[in-house]
Amino acid sequence: MPDASATQDRSLPITVRHLTKSYGDFKALDDIGIDVRAGEFMTLLGPSGSGKTTLLMALAGFVSPDRGSILFGEQEVVALSPHKRGLGMVFQSYALFPLMSVAENVAYPLKLRGVPRPEIGRRVQAALEMVQLGAFGERRIHQLSGGQRQRVALARAMVFEPRIILMDEPLSALDKKLREQMQIEIKSLHRKLGATIVYVTHDQREALTMSDRVAVLDRGRIAQIDTPQALYRRPRSLFVADFVGESVALPVQVEAGVARHRGVPLHSSRAVEDPALPHYLILRPELIELLDGQAPPSPPGTNELSGTVRELVFQGDSVLVLVDLGQGEEVAVRLAAGRVARGGLPQQGAAVRLAFDAESTLIVPATDP
Amino acid sequence: MSTRAGPQGDNAAALLRQRQQESQLFLGLSAPALLAIMVIVFLPISWLSGLSLFDRGGAFTLENYSRIFQSPLYRNTFVVTFQISALVTLLCVVLGYPLCYWMARMPPRRAALCMIFVLVPFWTSVLVRTYAWLVLLQRNGLVNQWLVSLGIVDEPLQLAHNLTGSVIGMVHIMLPFLVLPLYASMRAIDTDLVRAAIGMGASPARAFRDVFLPMSLPGLFAGVVLVFVLSLGFFVTPALLGGGRVQMMAQRIESTITIYSNWGAASALGVVLLLATMLLVWLLHRGFGLDRLFSR
Repeated sequence: MPDASATQDRSLPITVRHLTKSYGDFKALDDIGIDVRAGEFMTLLGPSGSGKTTLLMALAGFVSPDRGSILFGEQEVVALSPHKRGLGMVFQSYALFPLMSVAENVAYPLKLRGVPRPEIGRRVQAALEMVQLGAFGERRIHQLSGGQRQRVALARAMVFEPRIILMDEPLSALDKKLREQMQIEIKSLHRKLGATIVYVTHDQREALTMSDRVAVLDRGRIAQIDTPQALYRRPRSLFVADFVGESVALPVQVEAGVARHRGVPLHSSRAVEDPALPHYLILRPELIELLDGQAPPSPPGTNELSGTVRELVFQGDSVLVLVDLGQGEEVAVRLAAGRVARGGLPQQGAAVRLAFDAESTLIVPATDP
Repeated sequence: MSTRAGPQGDNAAALLRQRQQESQLFLGLSAPALLAIMVIVFLPISWLSGLSLFDRGGAFTLENYSRIFQSPLYRNTFVVTFQISALVTLLCVVLGYPLCYWMARMPPRRAALCMIFVLVPFWTSVLVRTYAWLVLLQRNGLVNQWLVSLGIVDEPLQLAHNLTGSVIGMVHIMLPFLVLPLYASMRAIDTDLVRAAIGMGASPARAFRDVFLPMSLPGLFAGVVLVFVLSLGFFVTPALLGGGRVQMMAQRIESTITIYSNWGAASALGVVLLLATMLLVWLLHRGFGLDRLFSR
C-alpha cells in the first residue's frame, strides 16, 4: 500500500461515514462506513440492488444521500455540486461525446480548466499514447471498437490528473477476452498514475484480479471489506463465501464451538464466532483433494467426506467431478488438466473420498435475513 | 447450367435468383404506396403547374407569374406569410424546447402521461380548436374577462380577428409538430453524457451547452422545418382567427379561386409557394450543417 503522505499530491483518501439513502421503503444505502486509503484500488462488489452503484453515484455527487458524510482528504464534499468535486469518471456506457473527435473528447476536461492550447495538445497526445491510441486522435467516436472507446474514456478520465477516479462497471460491455486484457491495463495505469480508484463491478473474478481491497455489499450494507486473498480464504458470512469464488455450502451443527457435519466433528483453523446462528461448511472445488475409495486414510487434522461420482464435466483447463454425498448433498471437485492427463480420472459411480485440510475448512454463519 | 440448387455445386446461379426474387417482392410490396403518391401528389401538382401556364382562353402565357412578382399585393402576402410562419416557429421553439427538455428528464411513465396531454388536442379537429380559441379570445371572452377582473388591463384587449389571434391559434396547433420529433431526439440522448461532462468539471449550464444542445439540434431542426412548412400553407386558423385582417398565402389562393375564379393565377401562387418552401428548407439544411450532426 502506498504511503499516504507521499502520495497526497497524486491521490486523496476517501472517508465515508453513516451514509444512508432510501427510495421509499427500499434502503439503497444503510449506514455505510468505508475508508479508502490514498492511492488505493478499492472495488465495490455486489449483486444488482446491493447499493454499489448508488454508493459510487453518491461519491460522484449524482445521488444525494439522506444523511452521512463523505470526506475527500480533509474536505467534506457530501453537499458539494458534482462539478466541483474534481473527479475523473468512467461509465459503463463509455459516455464519449459523439459529436467530438477522440482528441476533442480527451481535451474537454482540460478546456474546462482553462489549460492553454499548446499544453492541451501535448497532454491529450500523452494520455492517448498511455492507452495505446496515439494515432487515433482525429477519429470519430463511431469509428472505434468497444475496447478502443473504453480506452478513450480512460484517457479522458485521467488526462487532468484527478486524485480520485470513479469507475462504474467500465468493462461489462466488452467480451471476455478483451475484458481480461483491459483489467490488466487498468491495473498498470493505476500503478503509473497513483490516483485513488473506486471501481464498481458485479464480477467477483474481476474484483479479485484488480483490487487492493474489495468491499462486498449486500442490501445496502457492507458485508466485508478485505484484500482479495482474505476475502477468498476467510469469508465472514455465507453471502460473501457464496458471492466470491466458486463454492458449495453444506449445513453443519455447532456444539461447544465445534462444527459437525452429520455428527462428525470438523477440523477448522477458525473458531466459530456466534454459535446461535446456523452455520455452513464452505467447500471450494479447487481446494479439495479427491481420493480413491481404497486409498490409505489421510494424516490426522484432515477432514474427509465420502460419496460416489455422479458426473464428470470437461471444462478444457480442468475437469469438474460432481460427487454425491447422499441425503441430497452434492460437492464439486476440480481436477487440474495435468492430473487428468496422468490418468487420475475416476469412473462414474465409483466410491471416492474427499479430503480437505483445516486451513481449507471454512465454517461461516448464515447471513441474518 | 441449372439454376436449381444441387448438392456440392457452387449454387451461385440459384442464390442470385433467390436474391432477385427478394428484391421483386419488396418492389411489389411498396407498389401501392408508390402508386398512391403518384396519383394523389404528383399528378395534381403537375396538373396545377400546367394550369398556371395558360390564360382563361387556353393560350400559353407567363402573365400569371409576372403579375405575382409585379403586384405589391402579392409580394406583400408572401412577405407576411413568411413573417408569420417564422414568428409561429420561433414561439413554438421557445415554448417547446423547455417542455421537451423537462419531459425528457422525467421517468418514462410520467413523460408518457405528459405526452398524452400534448397529443390530446392533436387528435381534436383543427376547426373545433380554432373556434374554441375564438370563444376564448373574443372581446368579452374568458381571457379578457380574467384580465379585466384581475386588474391586469382596464379595457378588453383585441385578441381575435387580428394577427395576435392568428399567431396564438397557430402556435397551439403547431406545437405538437415541434414537440414530437424534438422529444424523441432528446430522449435518445444518453444521460451519462451530461453526467460525464459535469463529472469532469462542467457546470450544468456548460454541460448543457457543450453536450446536450448540439445533440438535440437534429430533432429541433426536424420540428422547426415541420412547423414552418405547415405554417406557410396554413388556411383554417389564420382565416378564422385573423378575421380577414391577416392575409396569408393560402387565403389569397382561396379567394383567387372563389371570388375571381382565376385558376391560372391561383395555381401560379401555389407553385411559387411550393418552390419558395423547397428553397428555404434546402437553405436551412445547408445552414445547420446537418450532415455533420447526423453522422454518428
